[in-house]
Amino acid sequence: MSQPTGPASRGHAQTQPAPPPEALEVTLTLNGSRRTLHVAPWTSLLDALRLHLDLTGTKKGCDHGQCGACTVLVDGRRINSCLTLAVMMEGRTVTTIEGLASGDTLHPLQEAFVEHDAFQCGYCTPGQICSAVGMLEEGHAKTDDDIRELMSGNLCRCGAYPNIVAAIRQVMDGQSKDGGKP
Amino acid sequence: MRAFSYDRPDNVDAALRGVAGQPGTTTEAAVKFVAGGTNLLDLMKADVMRPERLVDISRLGLDRIEEIGDSGGDGGLRLGALARNADTAYDERVQTRYPMLSKAILAGASAQLRNMATNGGNLLQRTRCYYFYDTGTPCNKREPGTGCGALTGVNRIHAILGASDHCIAVHPSDMCVALAALEAVVRVSGPKGERIIPFADFHRLPGDTPHIDSTLAADELITAIDLPAEGFAKHSTYLKVRDRASYAFALVSVAAALEMDGQTIRTARLALGGVAHKPWRDPAAEAELAGKPASLETFAEAARVLLHDAKGQSHNAFKIGLAERAIVRALAEAAGVEHP
Repeated sequence: MSQPTGPASRGHAQTQPAPPPEALEVTLTLNGSRRTLHVAPWTSLLDALRLHLDLTGTKKGCDHGQCGACTVLVDGRRINSCLTLAVMMEGRTVTTIEGLASGDTLHPLQEAFVEHDAFQCGYCTPGQICSAVGMLEEGHAKTDDDIRELMSGNLCRCGAYPNIVAAIRQVMDGQSKDGGKP
Repeated sequence: MRAFSYDRPDNVDAALRGVAGQPGTTTEAAVKFVAGGTNLLDLMKADVMRPERLVDISRLGLDRIEEIGDSGGDGGLRLGALARNADTAYDERVQTRYPMLSKAILAGASAQLRNMATNGGNLLQRTRCYYFYDTGTPCNKREPGTGCGALTGVNRIHAILGASDHCIAVHPSDMCVALAALEAVVRVSGPKGERIIPFADFHRLPGDTPHIDSTLAADELITAIDLPAEGFAKHSTYLKVRDRASYAFALVSVAAALEMDGQTIRTARLALGGVAHKPWRDPAAEAELAGKPASLETFAEAARVLLHDAKGQSHNAFKIGLAERAIVRALAEAAGVEHP
């Protein structure tokens, strides 16, 4: 595993028999690019993205896995980045909202969210879209009720739910018509 | 979050070396395994759990779901401890042979959390009692000897069975309720080799030591959960009653599984969630069902037996009636009997 890259000489470590390492090296693929960073073990993936990698599209809502604003894709699967340690991401592929578009061409779900006005304040939107990308990849949603159930980990305090469901529905239907490709 | 050190072994022996020599049970341990992290990291942020070291076990290769025995299908199914909850629930063998388990897993948490959470971790998740989470209040589970904030506080979500004067918290898992009804077996590796723990013996009641959740030792690792061959696929269900339609813990849940002989119940399994410190089973209630015709009257009698000693707190007495009706409805659904 990664080795500490800095001495654990500041602050907390004095009374511990084995001082925690200050920073560990972790290398991951982030939105298509290989990135190496040095983070303390207790840094969440969410904080690493926002504070170390300047990717502030991923939002911190509750920071306890209850709101879904921090949803990102790890190895293609949607997870809560607030409940994952950055050091656990060694070798993984992470996709955030910033990595969904191809140049100026939006991801079909981004397109659909705009088209359906599927947000008001927009704070939950990156998480909603990443979660929807993951849900469509999982392939278990067939009906609007399925969408509501399988998107229940993403809260929208503005209450844009009807339009969120409509946006996802549109992309889902398009996928099934086009043989699975958005 | 408090500072801790981190290690990521790549095999079971190395993982066990990371916790070797720790006394007591895993609940109290200073060195903890982390896999999905969905509950442990949350509790560390809340300063409720304060491990000095995390051993990341997510690369140990214990993530497969495999047939037990040589021939496919009749020896049961082995769920790797590190298989994700979502992969387990959507596994075709689990869905076909253990539909009650699949339904229970999918009734819990959110899709994101089920993608992260592992089967072993599901067993070890901790209560969502508000007082356990709030470090400004007394809690015998969090700080032994400080008292129980829930006993005299808001206790709407708390236990009606098997509680003590020291703790009225409930176990929050849905998956574990189905595993209790299936009589799954927990496979564990430790310094003395492997051992198996029957599911009923894995979790414990609070008594006067509510700070200990399970019988897993601090130097042991769950490697798998074995499902017996009998999955009750024809006559079983998982019914969850909660405050929201989705993404909420159970107020009451029921795993009901029957073996039927025509319209007569041959054997019955009944496990309840949201009512006790562990998934609740009552042999007397199950015996009450055996040999009886599958009818609403039979189910109501079994519910009465199971809830005979139930005790409500100031805010949760409604759970007794709720549990009674949930048991009847779950058994009716499992048996294919019409119900109101």
